[in-house]
Order: sequence, then structure tokens, then C-alpha cells
Amino acid sequence: MSDIAPVSGRRHGWLRDLRRIVFFTAKRLLALFVTVMIGVYLTIVIANMGGQVDELRELQIRMTISEEVRADPSFMQMPSEERNELIEEQVQMEIQRRNLDQPFFLRSIDYLNQAMRLDLGRAEEMHSDTGARDVYDIIVERLPATLLLFGTANLLVFFVSVYAALWLSRRYGSRADRAVIALAPSSAAPAWFYGIFLILFFGFLAPILPPGGMVDIPPPEGRWAYSLSVLQHMILPVTAMFLSSIFISIYSWRTFFLIHSSEDYVEMARAKGLPSSLIQSRYILRPTLSPIITSFALMLIGLWSGAIILEQVFNWPGLGTLLFQAIGFRDTPVIIGGVVVFAYLLAVTVFMLDILYAILDPRVRIEGGRS
Amino acid sequence: MRRWLDGLQELRRYPSAIGGLAIIFFLIFLALYTVITIPYSEALDKWRGGEAWRMHPVNASPVWVDRLTGGDKPRTQIISSADVRPQEASFDGGRQLRIPLAFDYDSGEFPSEINLYLHTEGSDREAFVRLNWHTPDGQTIPLGGQRVARDDRVSISQNRALEGRLGMVPHVGLLAGDSDPQAPEVQKGQYRLTVDAILFGEDASLDADLVVYGRVHGIAGTDFQRRDLMVALLWGTPVALAFGLLAAVGTTITTLIIAATGVWFGGWVDALIQRLTEVNIILPLLPILVMVGTLYSTSIWLMLGVVILLGIFSAGIKTYRAMLLPIREAPYIEAARAYGAGNTRIIMRYMIPRILPVLIPTFVTLIPTFVFLEASLAVLGLGDPELPTWGKVLNDAQEQSALYNGFYYWVISPAILLMLTGLGFAMLGFALDRVFNPRLRTQ
Repeated sequence: MSDIAPVSGRRHGWLRDLRRIVFFTAKRLLALFVTVMIGVYLTIVIANMGGQVDELRELQIRMTISEEVRADPSFMQMPSEERNELIEEQVQMEIQRRNLDQPFFLRSIDYLNQAMRLDLGRAEEMHSDTGARDVYDIIVERLPATLLLFGTANLLVFFVSVYAALWLSRRYGSRADRAVIALAPSSAAPAWFYGIFLILFFGFLAPILPPGGMVDIPPPEGRWAYSLSVLQHMILPVTAMFLSSIFISIYSWRTFFLIHSSEDYVEMARAKGLPSSLIQSRYILRPTLSPIITSFALMLIGLWSGAIILEQVFNWPGLGTLLFQAIGFRDTPVIIGGVVVFAYLLAVTVFMLDILYAILDPRVRIEGGRS
Repeated sequence: MRRWLDGLQELRRYPSAIGGLAIIFFLIFLALYTVITIPYSEALDKWRGGEAWRMHPVNASPVWVDRLTGGDKPRTQIISSADVRPQEASFDGGRQLRIPLAFDYDSGEFPSEINLYLHTEGSDREAFVRLNWHTPDGQTIPLGGQRVARDDRVSISQNRALEGRLGMVPHVGLLAGDSDPQAPEVQKGQYRLTVDAILFGEDASLDADLVVYGRVHGIAGTDFQRRDLMVALLWGTPVALAFGLLAAVGTTITTLIIAATGVWFGGWVDALIQRLTEVNIILPLLPILVMVGTLYSTSIWLMLGVVILLGIFSAGIKTYRAMLLPIREAPYIEAARAYGAGNTRIIMRYMIPRILPVLIPTFVTLIPTFVFLEASLAVLGLGDPELPTWGKVLNDAQEQSALYNGFYYWVISPAILLMLTGLGFAMLGFALDRVFNPRLRTQ
């Protein structure tokens, strides 16, 4: 439409597009916020279905108070019955102070409010490396490790598979093509599964790579030595993730590109004698960009949860290992906090997908986000 | 119906489908065999471990692995007093017994442990036994004497005094002959343990079982609790198949019905379903399973329930919706409405069957996902508390640092079975995909 409009109109149109994208984004943000709220609320309800969370809290309060009273020298002389009464009284006061005697609905609203503000409470057993007991600190401290590992692996898989698929779609039926089809079922196994074998081969049978962890112990001095050590530790987990999803993604992209490269307009371009690189970038890649982005985001969503076990297998100090340790300690606040943070991460992924859509898909701009 | 049969006919042209089917049939056969030969309650009972496994070696590798690699590791030998004739003499108020327990030892490696199990019956007081070890070259090593309770275990391997005398752990020293304690070598030949017992009672009796634990065991080996891994590997098959199949059926069918309902009714029903799907997408499945497993129970059936519940409003709804939308406007649906078909009838009989063939490949490829999900949970330590599964074997191995200690079989055998399941269903699924979705075959 900008071709027909005069110059001033073109700028106007651009502004209007921007306005519509902002409007669309704001709407999606609101919708996602509500979605996250429902999701977090559901998490709380599931966690507290049998009253576990309440019980846990009451138990914690009782233990702290009785320990305080027993340790206080001014209560030492008191007869034990009187002292127990005092403990009971203080426990009841604390329960009232924390609104734990209200009906579940009111309590859950309180929990929800806290969870949405990422005020995830204090851990029971665990603490962060800096010694903090807040669940939020514990989780945030682990995020960069997870992001580093999964960001690298995802980007690698994504770009390699799209380019390999483009290459294969031009060589339909060749030996390489058939090999990829034959190898595609190998992706039925998750990354941690390949991880076990990689550790076996490269960690123990031919020990050339570290079998686990994120840096050498003790961590090497100097920024370069440190990064090098981290890189070395990343090779095996990234390879595991790469192996587990590369063939299926090449396969599905290849099929996708095959379907699209048989469209009439592509045939037409070919008939015109355009060079194949131009056909690839302008006639195949550009119209298929939004499905490509969608699938990338969906892959991210899928890999977030796959992270837990892979990290545990490779002893990578990320969110997954944290959750695993929390299971070991039965540290409920950390587990619930982990679920909430995962929900947030997924929501952020969906949100970024939406924004990219708004930028890439002209329909969103034209219809002003009505679609 | 014809379409299905044609599809199956065409499937024969794909070698991967034949291979996948062969693997699946093998697994089904294995599952049926397991369920028939080892009943459910017996499997649970066995896997709980304990006394039943006392005569099995700890962490023994499979026999065939050792033999294939040219090894000569010993198997477990159990020499029972029931098979030998004891010499006996009576005295006033009791009996004296001499039980010779002889065995041939011709392996090049030492056993992993030696224990003697004693069981006395009808004795008024605690019996007394004295043990002597006779080596092939005629030496006699006294192992000391002791009182025995009704059921007793004499841990010869843990006899500290004997270890001090031999200069080696007993199960090495007793079979090492005169070789150097720094590099002991097995002296092959016939060994004999004589049990001299004094029993107090007219018809008191003594049963003795000498167990010379080997370093290899059976087809699958044993774990750190002496349990035969075969039980878990066999029972893992029906559990994995049942979990995968039920979860796949539960999620696809409910999702399909809900998608069809949304498409058919449209309006607020459709909108509600769409919003619920969006909420569900941001609910992280695995962390929630972890949470449920920690807070409630790790029973495999509860996990299955949660997986299905969270799978109902999965992202698949969007795909099915896109497929069903054009069908809704199809003339044959119009015709069905004209003759007065109800909503349920249209959804269940006219809309869903129409996209079922497209769904079959997804369904088949979904099964291994759930099989691996179960294994993943078990590896996280949230496996079923009672049922033996492949994932739990992997988890045990992980906890005992099996790879670090060199017990590779412990990790590899469940992993191969998992891989086989995954491959079988995935190969069939991919072939089905090409048969039922002809768009993939264009060009």
C-alpha cells in the first residue's frame, strides 16, 4: 500500500503501523499477564490441594517458635507445661498474623499476590551460593547458567537445521536426504539420554572431556582461562542436545520447504531463470518466516522443561539441577518457586513470539491486531 | 475402512515400518511373557529387595558380556549341605555333625565374597560350629568357631582376624594358595569347607549353605542390593508400554474431542477453549510433575493422571482446530444436520473420524515421548515407589555412580531397551506419516 501513497502518506502509514504494533503488543501483554496469573493460581491450587502448603507453613512456624522458646534462658526455669502453653499461644498468634486461619480462597489470593510479585518466600533447607535464603535469589542465581547452555544449543540446532534443510530440499531424494529421513526417528530419545552415552564415551572410556560440571575445580584464574574451561564443559551437553533434536528438525524443515518450493510463484521464479540463492531468500524463506519463528519459539518452550534432566545428568548448575536438589531436600518453597519461574519464562517466550509476529506478519499491522 | 486397509497395504513398502513393527511386536511379546511368568505382586515383592536376594552377588556384570570380552569371571556357586552326606555321632543330650562342603574352583579370578548360611532346627541351646578350610594342595586353614543362632550368617569375607592372618581379604587369601600377597593368583582345584557342629538336642539338625559369590550373574547382572536386574528390565517393558499407550490415548483423544466440540459450537465455547489452551501452554509440565511427585505421591498412576490432565488442552488443539474448521462447512455435515443428527452425533461420528487418519502418525510418535517422560521422572528420583521400571534402574545406577565405578551394563541395558522402544514407535510413526499424509510425498 505504501507504493501508492505519497511521501507524506508513507510516513503516516509507518507511524500507523507502529501504533498498531504497540496497541497489539499491549493487548497481548495484558492477555498474557492474565494467563500467567491463572497459571500461577492453578499451580498454587495444585500445590495446596491436600492442604500441604498450609501444613508445611504451620509446622515451620511451630518449629521455629519452640526452638526459640527452648533456647531462651529467661524461660529455662518455667515448668514444661507452662512452657508448652506459651509455645502454643505464640504459634496461634503467628498463624493469625500470617492469615493462615482464613479460608483457602483468601489465603490463596495472598499466595497468588506474593507469587506474581516473585516474592517466593524463604527456602527451608537450601541457600544460594552467596548465602541468601530467599527462593528468588536462589533461582535467579542459577538462571544465567541455564540460559547460556540452552541458548547456545537452541541457536545452533535452529540455524544448522534450517540451512541444512534448505540445502536438502534442493537435493530431494539424494543419498543425504534419505540418510536424514532414516535418522529422524533417533530423535525419539531426549537429550539426557544421549548425554548418558556421551558421558560414558568421552568422560570415562576415552577421557578427553569433563563428564560434568560447569568449570574446573578450582575455577581457573583469569577471564580467558575461565571462559575456556566453561566452553570445554559445554561441549558434551550441547552435543547431546544437538544430537537429540537435529535430525527431526532437519526432517521437518525439509518437508516444510519442499511443500513451499512447489508453490506456483516459486515455479514461476524458476521459470524466469532467477538464481537459486535469490529464489531461496526471496521466494521461499520470506513467506515462510512466520511459521519458522513460531516453530523456533515452540522449540524453546519444549526445551525449557527438557532442561531439568539434562542439567542433572551433566551436573550443570542451572535451574534444572536446582529443582532436582530441591526434590532431594523436599524443599517445597523452592519447587513451587521453580514452577512459577518456569511459567514466567514460558510466558516471556510466548510474548516475544507475539511481538515478532506483529513485526513480521503484515496482517497484524493492517488489521491493527484484530486477528 | 477401505482407506485404512489401503494404508496398511502401502505400509509394507516401507522398510522402516516393517522394522518398527517388528520391534513393537517383540516388546509386546516381552511384556506379555513378563506379566505371565512374573506376576505383578511377585515382581513388587522381589524388587523390594532384602533376604530373597542374599545368595546373589553384589554388582555382578552379565555373564555374556564377560564371555564375549574373553573374560573368565566366576559364577556364583552354592554348595548346600542337603546334597552331601554328613558324618554324625551322637552323645548324651546332643549330636555331633561333620559336613564337608566341597566345590571345584577353576576360574582365573577371585570370587567377590564368601558367606556361609546356617540354619538349625530343634536345638535346645545355641549350636556350636567350627570351620576348617581345605585347599587343593592339602593345606588346612582354620576359620575359627562360634555359636550360631537359629538362622545365622557367617561372613567369612568379613572375618578381620582371618584377614590379618592371610594378609589379604579372606575371599582372595583363601583361594590364593602360596602366591604373592601383592599379586595374588587363583589356585585352581577342589576346595573343601568342613563344618563341625555340636547340636544340643536329640533330633536337632543343621543346614549349611556355602555361597561363593561370583563376579558375573545371569543375562542382566545384579545391582548394589544384589537384585537381579532382569526383573526390572522385564517388568519395565509392560510398564513403559502401558504408560506410553495410556498417556498417548488419553491426551490425543480428549484433545481431539475438545477441539471438535470447540469448532462445532463456535462462539464462546471456542473462545474459552482457546484461552484455556493458552493458559496450558505456559504451564510447565515437567516442573508441575516434579511438584506433584514431591508433595503427594510418586505413584505412576497419579503421574499418568496429571500428564493426561495437563495434556488435554495441549497445543495440539490449535492444529486440530485448523484441520477441523473446513470440515465443519462440508456438505456431508450439512446433510447430517438436515436429517436431524444431534450435536454429539455430528462431533463423534462425522467430524472426528474424518481427521483420525491424519492423527494416527502423531499418536504413534507420541508414545515414546511418554515412555521417556516416565523414565525422566524416574531418573529425577520421582519414579514409582514400588514398580520396577527402566528409569528406576537408571536412577539407581546414577546414584551409585555406576559409570564412574565401571558398571557399564547397569546403564546400558535399560538405555538400550528405552532406545528400542523409542525407535520402534518412531520408525512406524514416520512411515505412517508418509502413508496417511500424502502431501509429504509430493514431488
